[in-house]
Amino acid sequence: MTERTRQAASAAQKKEITNRWLLSAPALVLIAVASVGPLLIVLLYSVLAPGSYGDVKWELSGQGWFNVFLSRDIFDDTISLADAHVTILWRSAKLAVITTVLCLIVGFPTAYFIASRAPHNRSIWLFLITIPFWTNMLIRGFAIQEMIRNEGLANTILMKLGIISAPIQMLYTDFAILLGMVYVHLPLMVLPLYASLEKLDFRLVEAGYDLYATRLKVLWRIIIPLVKPGIIAGSILVFIPALSSYVIPRILGGGKNLMVGNLIELQFGQGRNWPLGAALSITLVIIVLFAMLYYVKNAGKTGGGHA
Amino acid sequence: MRKQQELAIEVRGVGRVYGDGAGQVTALSNIFLNIRQNEFFTLLGPSGCGKTTLLRLIAGFDFPTDGEILLYGEDIAPLPPFKRPVNTVFQNYALFPHMTVAQNIGFGLEMLGRPKTEIATRVEEMLALVHMEAMRNRKVMQISGGQQQRVALARALAPKPKVLLLDEPLSALDYKLRKEMQVELKRVQAETGITFIFVTHDQEEALAMSDRIAVMSHGEVRQVGAPWEIYDRPAERFVADFIGETNFLAADVISVDGPRIRVRLSNGSLLDATYPVDLMPEGKVTIVIRPEHAQLATPSSTAMLTGQIEDLTYLGTDTHIRVRLPDTSLFTIRQQNNRVGPIGFSAGDAVSLNISEGAAQILKD
Repeated sequence: MTERTRQAASAAQKKEITNRWLLSAPALVLIAVASVGPLLIVLLYSVLAPGSYGDVKWELSGQGWFNVFLSRDIFDDTISLADAHVTILWRSAKLAVITTVLCLIVGFPTAYFIASRAPHNRSIWLFLITIPFWTNMLIRGFAIQEMIRNEGLANTILMKLGIISAPIQMLYTDFAILLGMVYVHLPLMVLPLYASLEKLDFRLVEAGYDLYATRLKVLWRIIIPLVKPGIIAGSILVFIPALSSYVIPRILGGGKNLMVGNLIELQFGQGRNWPLGAALSITLVIIVLFAMLYYVKNAGKTGGGHA
Repeated sequence: MRKQQELAIEVRGVGRVYGDGAGQVTALSNIFLNIRQNEFFTLLGPSGCGKTTLLRLIAGFDFPTDGEILLYGEDIAPLPPFKRPVNTVFQNYALFPHMTVAQNIGFGLEMLGRPKTEIATRVEEMLALVHMEAMRNRKVMQISGGQQQRVALARALAPKPKVLLLDEPLSALDYKLRKEMQVELKRVQAETGITFIFVTHDQEEALAMSDRIAVMSHGEVRQVGAPWEIYDRPAERFVADFIGETNFLAADVISVDGPRIRVRLSNGSLLDATYPVDLMPEGKVTIVIRPEHAQLATPSSTAMLTGQIEDLTYLGTDTHIRVRLPDTSLFTIRQQNNRVGPIGFSAGDAVSLNISEGAAQILKD
């Protein structure tokens, strides 16, 4: 290579790098303004002192973070664990995990069913899956409420059939929250699972049967490893919004079965403790982050490359 | 001499119909086949002839709507694929992308619940059989198409199936590799002594590899026989036409004499022809003559056929000559270039044609 071609090559390379930055600029600006910025504001608020009528006082304070996990007795100033918060965080994590698992159990056969239809029929099934998205979540929540309340459809039918004599308390229980959350989040599981299953080469399934694998073995040894990317994507898409659910636990869980989303809302509303709300929000972000890291790392260990 | 008396697979009156009512499609109808033990048996036919459907019925991926399929005398038609001692080499190999070469090969034995040490030994045997020892820990995406083909073969052979099914396994390979794998498959079949049922649409491949061939079209078996029988003694027009190049001539039956029939061609020449066993020819018939079974000669009055050269195509090893006969039909000759230089005829020359002894065969239709 002569000196001139070398110079031309390095100039072209520099230009390409500049172009790349220019092309990704809109996305970078959006991420800075819409994601990183607000998060920094929340972080800042979490280390300020609460104002008397909401808002914050512009002075540094550890009060918000202190109250996330600990509480000081109003009378004798003894410090104890804030069991209410820990309980709510634990409940939220538990319900979110159960929701994710239930969505997977229900969503996998659904996605498999759609992916194994003839190609021109699949879009109809996908369309049906997405229809609930068109309706406001609040309305869907109230619809479920109507169905499972003591005088609601489910109890009425069960009583008419003589299966039960008195209505079962379903509304305002964890069952109600789970029912609502699975219903609301199911499409988020089905769609990525479908995307993975649709790419699955069904000849591999045949090859499995041919090599003496029973249906269950084919599922475990061939289908699940190959659609793992879809399972991971779907689980993340369900787990994160489920963990920070607000509307569904509010409507179906009543006032007493709080989830962390409701707790945070409480701090910004009636609680008038914005720093605590902010600190709880950041805690939630950290939990999600760790959960995702753990999940992806473990799933990656056994996960296979996709053809 | 290989033991060939015992039947590995008997296909008895098998049919496969899809759909019902007006949209009914018959993929296979009334198939009868006897496939002998240790045989390299080929199902040959154009796409859509039902050969793959038949293979899938034997493998168990699909079920016949009629008839039965016997494996060493036992009806396997109702069994799911994982209960049949039959394995398949798939057209696009269908290797498991999340497993290594060795894991792929061991998968069948693992599913059969064989002990780990036995699996390891067998996998090594199979790797050696297909010369893939060096690749055992590669993921299947990291090896070439030809190597994937070998792994697919090893994977299907590892559980020692009673019959190995091969669904156009060579169609994805380039020409040179395909030739190589043809030899390789024959070698493996001879070494393992397993019955092979091979599906292909490539007539050359079928002729080169098979002990016997079943020619299929439109869901029916047209003819079953050794490669030379299929080629030299086609029973009907479809078989003659599908395999190689052919000349069809109209003729009249003059007399029957045992296995030979004397026919008269349209120019009055008399010719001896063979005929399918299940046919009693009479009246007007069609005979077929392969292009390489006729020779060009200078015009003479004793020649079987005369005509004028329409065109010549030089192909290196051979020359193709098309001769216009007096009845205006074209007769193709393939003449080997066994001397250096042009063959000494040119377009427009009047020539006569000699037909090799026993080259004419009467068709059923």
